[in-house]
Amino acid sequence: MLKWLFFALIVRPAVLLIFGVHVRGRENLSHDKPSIIVANHNSHLDTLVLMSLFPLRKIHRIRPVAAADYFMKNRLIAWFSTQFIGIIPLSRKVEKSHTHPLEPVRQALEAGDSIILFPEGSRGEAEQMSKFKSGVAHLAKMTPSVPVIPIYLGGAGKVLPKGEALLVPFIIDITIASSVQIEEDEGIQEFTERLEEMIHKLGEIH
Amino acid sequence: MGILAFATLIVSVIFRAKTSQELKERVYSWWIIIGAFILGAMLNTTVAMFFFALISYLALKEYFTLIPTRRTDRRIIFYAYLSIVFQYWFAGIGWYGMFIIWIPVYLFLLLPFRQVLIGETQGFLENTSRVQWGLMMFVFGLSHLAYMMTLPAVAGHDVAGKELVLYVVLLTELNDVLQYLWGKALGRHKIVPKVSPNKTIEGFVGAFVTLSALAVVFSFLTPFTTLQALAAGMLISGAGFVGDVVISMVKRDIGVKDSGHLLPGHGGILDRIDSLTYTAPLFFHFTYYLYY
Repeated sequence: MLKWLFFALIVRPAVLLIFGVHVRGRENLSHDKPSIIVANHNSHLDTLVLMSLFPLRKIHRIRPVAAADYFMKNRLIAWFSTQFIGIIPLSRKVEKSHTHPLEPVRQALEAGDSIILFPEGSRGEAEQMSKFKSGVAHLAKMTPSVPVIPIYLGGAGKVLPKGEALLVPFIIDITIASSVQIEEDEGIQEFTERLEEMIHKLGEIH
Repeated sequence: MGILAFATLIVSVIFRAKTSQELKERVYSWWIIIGAFILGAMLNTTVAMFFFALISYLALKEYFTLIPTRRTDRRIIFYAYLSIVFQYWFAGIGWYGMFIIWIPVYLFLLLPFRQVLIGETQGFLENTSRVQWGLMMFVFGLSHLAYMMTLPAVAGHDVAGKELVLYVVLLTELNDVLQYLWGKALGRHKIVPKVSPNKTIEGFVGAFVTLSALAVVFSFLTPFTTLQALAAGMLISGAGFVGDVVISMVKRDIGVKDSGHLLPGHGGILDRIDSLTYTAPLFFHFTYYLYY
């Protein structure tokens, strides 16, 4: 409910009216089936912009995967991240545990949620892409039937770059590719590189 | 209301001429533009201030999205957006002195100062100039329409600012359409081949003559004598053309065809208001000199 209100009253009006988005390939986005949404990452806005692409009544079904060390840092941030955004916290450190670190993500997909993943792992420098990490490929191997949708985001890093608090409006460009799936004989490294290549190409279109 | 009747005429002419997909979208968008203009600008002066300020904001945002910017320019770009509020406020309360110097003097002096505080010397001149240029075109220039709204009726005439705004906007947009139609019908010789290959001498001259006549026809919206209306028509036609090709120049410089995607068939908002960035201030000062 908090999440719905937050998106209905604050995020969507801001995304659509204050900076505005231009979306290419909206038809490639499925509203009903769970999918893994993969995008480049430059700004905190990325998550909010991607989530605004979905209708409000579906918003509770969209779960961004976010770094636990940042978004669960203290109780206030953790409360905001889980109640308003609905993140699935993921540890960036390698820990020894009985369950696979991606297990909660797999469970969310199984329950019918869609997830958002930023394979760069961090926001990095504005409007520059860093190397993808292999988490997405591991997840795709665990859930081979779930489509992976590559998305390129341009301009969000200008609106609100890492380390800035002042929001300056620019139009955000979103290019959505048709979904891909990991092949049975495709390696983790190969799939990661394929995705990185795809998103890089999407960025060159405009 | 004359505007609607006239638009209907234009639309039917275009429909008869050809019905490609782009043209259909363009005509459809025209109706939205006309509807938005009547609702936004013609019903209430206060609403009109917000309406024109919104147009400035959208245009400026499209422009800032197009041009290359450095991360350090974000501060002055933020100030540029903020200046819109003040510019339209000065227009709304009819404070002419402040309205006319706020951007060319105060913002012009303030932005470089803010850049000094940030201290990034590389690219200072290019980037600060680009921001100021956008302010002049899309805030200062366009806001003349807003100030025009507040002009009182001239003694002995019952037309005031609102009718003048309608007059200049109507004629500017008609000029665009006429250039397009004359160009389609007779166009042979390119007028500025490097900047805008679709513009022809025939299109320009045809629109220039037709629009001068239309300026006289619509002069009931103004206090003008026939001779003054004729001059206004020539001014609007000539200036509208220049505004159009100046924005084309910006797009060529950056390497895009359309400035954005706001209006189907028209491209972005800059593609639609390009002529107005020239006609609004020039027509304003033409009228202001003659009657105020």
